Amino acid sequence: MADALATIARRSEFGMITIRADLERAGDAIAEAAGLPIPQAACITRDGSLSLGWMSPDELLLLLPVAETARTVQALEQALTGEHALVADVSDARAVFDITGPHAGDVIAKLCPADPDALPRDGLRRTRAAQTAVAFWHIGNGFRMIGFRSTADYLDRILNNAATPGSQLAPG
Amino acid sequence: MTYTPPFRLARGGRLIDRAFQLPFRFDGRHLRGVQGDTLASALLANGQMLMGRSFKYHRPRGPIASGAEEPNALFGLGQGGRFEPNQRATTTSLVHGMVLGSQNCWPSLDADIGAVNNLLSPMLPAGFYYKTFIHPRPFWKHLFEPIIRRSAGLGRAPKERDPDSYEQAYGFADLVVVGGGISGLTAARDAAGNGQRVIVLEQGPEWGGRTPADHTKGTEAIDALLTDLRGRDNVILRRNCMATGLYDHGYLLAREALADHDPNQGIPRQRLWRIRAGHVITATGALERPLSFACNDVPGVMLASAMRDFISEYGVAPGQRIVVVTNNDDAYRTALTASDAGLDVVAVIDARPGASGELPQAARARNIPVLTGTAIAKVKGSRHVEGVALCDQAGDGTITGGVECDAVAMSGGWSPVVHLWSHCGGKLIWDEGPAMFRPDPKRPPLGADGKGMVTAAGAANGDLLCAGDLELPEAETMPVWVMPQNAPYKLRSKMWLDFQNDVKVSDVELAAREGYASVEHTKRYTTLGMATDQGKVSNINGLAVLSKTLDQPIPATGTTTFRPPYTPLTLATIAADARGEAFQPLRKTPMHDWHQRHDVSWEPVGHWRRPYCYPRGAEDRHAAVNREIMAVREGVGTLDASTLGKIIVKGPDAGRFMDMLYTNMMSNLKPGRCRYGLMCSENGFLMDDGVVARLSDDTWLCHTTTGGAERIHGHMEDWLQCEWWDWQVYTANLTEQYAQIAVAGPKARVLLERLSGNIDLSAEAFPFMSWKEGEIAGIPARIFRISFSGELSYEIAVPASRGLELWQKLHESGHDLNITPYGTEAMHVMRAEKGFIMIGDETDGTIIPQDLGLHWAISKKKADYIGKRAQSRSHMRDGSRWQLVGLESLDDRVLPDGAYAVDEGKNDNGQRKTQGRVTSSYYSPTLNKPIAMGLVRHGPERMGQVLEFPLPSNEVMKARICEPVFFDKEGSRLNG
Repeated sequence: MADALATIARRSEFGMITIRADLERAGDAIAEAAGLPIPQAACITRDGSLSLGWMSPDELLLLLPVAETARTVQALEQALTGEHALVADVSDARAVFDITGPHAGDVIAKLCPADPDALPRDGLRRTRAAQTAVAFWHIGNGFRMIGFRSTADYLDRILNNAATPGSQLAPG
Repeated sequence: MTYTPPFRLARGGRLIDRAFQLPFRFDGRHLRGVQGDTLASALLANGQMLMGRSFKYHRPRGPIASGAEEPNALFGLGQGGRFEPNQRATTTSLVHGMVLGSQNCWPSLDADIGAVNNLLSPMLPAGFYYKTFIHPRPFWKHLFEPIIRRSAGLGRAPKERDPDSYEQAYGFADLVVVGGGISGLTAARDAAGNGQRVIVLEQGPEWGGRTPADHTKGTEAIDALLTDLRGRDNVILRRNCMATGLYDHGYLLAREALADHDPNQGIPRQRLWRIRAGHVITATGALERPLSFACNDVPGVMLASAMRDFISEYGVAPGQRIVVVTNNDDAYRTALTASDAGLDVVAVIDARPGASGELPQAARARNIPVLTGTAIAKVKGSRHVEGVALCDQAGDGTITGGVECDAVAMSGGWSPVVHLWSHCGGKLIWDEGPAMFRPDPKRPPLGADGKGMVTAAGAANGDLLCAGDLELPEAETMPVWVMPQNAPYKLRSKMWLDFQNDVKVSDVELAAREGYASVEHTKRYTTLGMATDQGKVSNINGLAVLSKTLDQPIPATGTTTFRPPYTPLTLATIAADARGEAFQPLRKTPMHDWHQRHDVSWEPVGHWRRPYCYPRGAEDRHAAVNREIMAVREGVGTLDASTLGKIIVKGPDAGRFMDMLYTNMMSNLKPGRCRYGLMCSENGFLMDDGVVARLSDDTWLCHTTTGGAERIHGHMEDWLQCEWWDWQVYTANLTEQYAQIAVAGPKARVLLERLSGNIDLSAEAFPFMSWKEGEIAGIPARIFRISFSGELSYEIAVPASRGLELWQKLHESGHDLNITPYGTEAMHVMRAEKGFIMIGDETDGTIIPQDLGLHWAISKKKADYIGKRAQSRSHMRDGSRWQLVGLESLDDRVLPDGAYAVDEGKNDNGQRKTQGRVTSSYYSPTLNKPIAMGLVRHGPERMGQVLEFPLPSNEVMKARICEPVFFDKEGSRLNG
């Protein structure tokens, strides 16, 4: 039996914070509190255990070690005092999967109407996987995908189905 | 003559490997083919020319084509869950151990009783069904239609679940080339050289299209192109991948066969590609047309190109003595191929007055007789070709001679495959010379930029001599739509246009005489082109006959519409992975698995599953619901309320925004307090409700219904982004961040006080309709003192990851209080006992809050809210709207939900007039009697009146109008 196209691993050690603000005005304050530069549109900036993703013109998503979440929410709120902004802990609303291995892109290509080959190394793509909303970006030898907690089992199922051994997309 | 061995030629067969024998079963017989065979070539190699029965007359049929256009050779393939009807023998590769069965015949393919229809054929002309079965009228529905339906359709649908898996994939390319023949590969090479991302799709397993079979050095030319393309990183070559349809914005669907008919591979059987193409080149080739001569459907008559494919590609002999009949030079290749293979080419019958091109001369050089200006008057033989009678093409069919033969190769010219070009609006032009419709380069399908998004190439573009240096010059094709030209009716009624559906030249002529001037109408009246090949073989010949009968040029008649898919696509490939557990996302709350372990009876709510109730032991659902309600009313229960929407609204303008969203005032809600609110659409109709909590000066938390969470969040963003873009408000849908548990019942406070925590739960410190934040059972929580059951009730929101922990701690601590998990139905009954409305029960998208007696929740102070203006329309205020009341059944039966209260008189349709309907109806275990709510005209003014509800059984139930609050009107239970 051939190997699965990619290893699908659910990750639970991430905290996540949604930040909504005018990025032009509040960008510097957010960057300082988050410890990362503000990403370009449709991109993600990273440093060690932190990632800051661009979700929309006025929304960012900060990923960080779960233990640092509460403290960072406070730091962000403090940094944004006086600004019109919304900071919310969404760690528990999400599910995170790592899709790694030589054919990880095939798994993405089977589920998402988005071109994994066209994603820049620092790109973040919001899309859907089959029938559920997701976003994904590059990690070492594959992709990290975030979806919703309530559909995590579904996401796990379709990711594994898409990784069926022997089903790589490259023509045989 | 009969069809005689040797069927497999001693030599040749470019695509087969004789060393690998493949056993298979056909109608119970054990046969053998070889690696590389299609089902058609394998059957021919076993002397099986008879491969089907036509649909209407059950006439014996052999293959007439060697590709996707084949109308006759269709089989039921596989067994059990893998059975598939209508599988095309000419495009299905033979696999070891395949099991195939013939269709549309009984008791067997050889002796088919349905063939009696053939004898009746003079009585079954076009439109026969329409004319015959229309009188007497009731007979159609009750007699004719069921019988015809039973005998209709070729293959039978499989009955078992398909055990194979299927998948989809998304593809992206600058250029997609459809067709792996010489034109497609050349176009791909040229584009690849410019650095474009190129995908080449070939429907079959082999590259090269017709080039290897038709041209010496063809294989070498194709191999050279493939070597070039395979060396490029920016080119993907995909075989067994049929482009089924092209849609707007370069959206191309294609079906890739990965493990067709070979389940042992353990991979998905087929893959549906959904490709976004920057540009598409259709290099889809051309299809050869049959010639319309009498009895052109006898097994052994086939397209000239098909015959040379069977000989040169698969090494099988469709006959030993072959006649070629043609109106062009290309068909002479079949004579040469057959002659090369050692078969006897008796004659080439050429309808044209002369034939002096290189190919005819090559045939003459081999002493093959070439008869010009000649036609086939009739094919002899019924189950197999035995010979042909000849006549002058220019004449009326008077026989001038004949020859014995056992196979006829016919060619009426070629039609470009224009399907993909036409799918999304590309137009065609009629080209007189080669007598074909071809893509009009001036009117291509247009992309988003207004420019052509498709380019046709090679034979698909009408360039039949597209193999460059490999081509020989060819003389012009002479259009021949009927052979001979002045054939009398007797011959025309034996000339088949659509071989599967049994549509003949005479049928199309009859339709034209009866007034079917439109080609689309003629198609449907005669069923021309409506078979599973979708007219690939018959279309052009049919509309040429129609044009001639209507005495108009062919372009004036036009073509029927080309629709996807190009060849049939199995439904499983369209569904792909969306089956079983992956059919739909199932949304689960943090306590989902606990419910599952506690024998929950689920209720689907949107994509969620919510506990309907938790039956114990032998309890049915009704008994479980009653028990759960009494447990809450007498002790304490827990409800998983995690699915309720939780949307944060924050910002300097949030109060103003909240006042627009809700009908009541939300901006003056004090931090720490909760308020029930109603949300209406622009049209004034109630669309959602829920409790709003003010979290801080600039932050509100909106609870929505389970089904409303995403919709209401979208509604908010719609207004903020499109209408009030300058308001400073942010929203966030935090529904899934929290697990929420309703703890309800007189013992609720007792229970919660047992859990360690820092929140004062006393009535004084924590009044009704307020909320507090703190810790409970060691978990950070926000507790809302709100109640949908009418009992003392706390809804506790904790981080989703800790919801199960809290739920379990509640249950561990409440044993002695008879703590009971309750489901949505208990919740529904309890809220109905209290007269609380439910979105979706009391509302249906046509109900305004005023209908429900909710005036108290509609602000009179506010200048505006969404829906206010609509609610001032005359028909919203005229007093005759149905309004909410309670209904007391006069006996002890529960009123049916949705039952209508009748009024005096009848409406214009002769139906009883109505004056109200039941919106919620339950048995109340609390009150030990049925309760109901309903909407009744002038209802609140008619307390005590009795309404009649006729049931489908003709029985009439009666109910008295009453107040909608059945239980604890003063609300004393809220305090425990």
